[in-house]
Amino acid sequence: MARNVVPTTQSLEVTLETLVESIDLAESIVKRVSEASGFDEDDIHRIGMAVREGVINAYNYGNSQDRQKKIVLTVEFEGEKMVVRIADEGPGFDLSQVPDPLAEENLLRTSGRGIFIIKAFMDEFTVQRGPQGGAEIVMTKKLPQSVPAPERA
Amino acid sequence: MVLRGTCRQVGEISVVDFSGKITLGEGSSVLRRMIKDLLDQGQAKIILNLEDVDYIDSSGIGELVVAHSAVETAKGELKLLNLTRRVRDIVQITRLFTVFDIQTDEAAALRSFTN
Repeated sequence: MARNVVPTTQSLEVTLETLVESIDLAESIVKRVSEASGFDEDDIHRIGMAVREGVINAYNYGNSQDRQKKIVLTVEFEGEKMVVRIADEGPGFDLSQVPDPLAEENLLRTSGRGIFIIKAFMDEFTVQRGPQGGAEIVMTKKLPQSVPAPERA
Repeated sequence: MVLRGTCRQVGEISVVDFSGKITLGEGSSVLRRMIKDLLDQGQAKIILNLEDVDYIDSSGIGELVVAHSAVETAKGELKLLNLTRRVRDIVQITRLFTVFDIQTDEAAALRSFTN
């Protein structure tokens, strides 16, 4: 029987190029960490998808597909939660100004669902000013109950 | 897995069998091109068979919305067939089940087109 492995690394930071390929890479990295943390298959999928949408947001809207800019992905364990941060080098954005994709007048919009998907799939979601001045999306997922978060040294 | 689509005709209805992922980049482009090609050929009665599509992101959903609008503009009909669980979940949470005509059986989907 496979044992859940409690990750001993307390945080993981990856700097990504602003490329379409970085979206798959970010999703893959966080899915592996999620699997190692004991999440079930459905949660791994949801976390991966939320990260995907966060990096798409950074790629398209934050960094405007500018290859000179970077996206910083961080995965940390804080208490009972896994915390994922995605920071871009763009102008930042006001979450309250993001249109509601479920509103009737927005249903046929061709974009604008990424943030909504993140909120639907993760336990908590906020946007704050990032370390580079751009937007930093912060999303959390409660760790599976059988797996305690690693203790700090 | 990169999105692949193969088209077959059932009378005047085009059935496109997709496999892979409909995501930002190549996947979304494949979908967009196939719809455009069909509409350019005057084929506006279209079924997208998504039985082998196990993943769609917000960009993929956006392309389905684009396809829906393009087919509607061409006075045609677009139906989505055999959504996998994960694709269905995204369509549900984004309320697009109120926009898309979603079918679970090909024969029924073919019969459902208006004359």
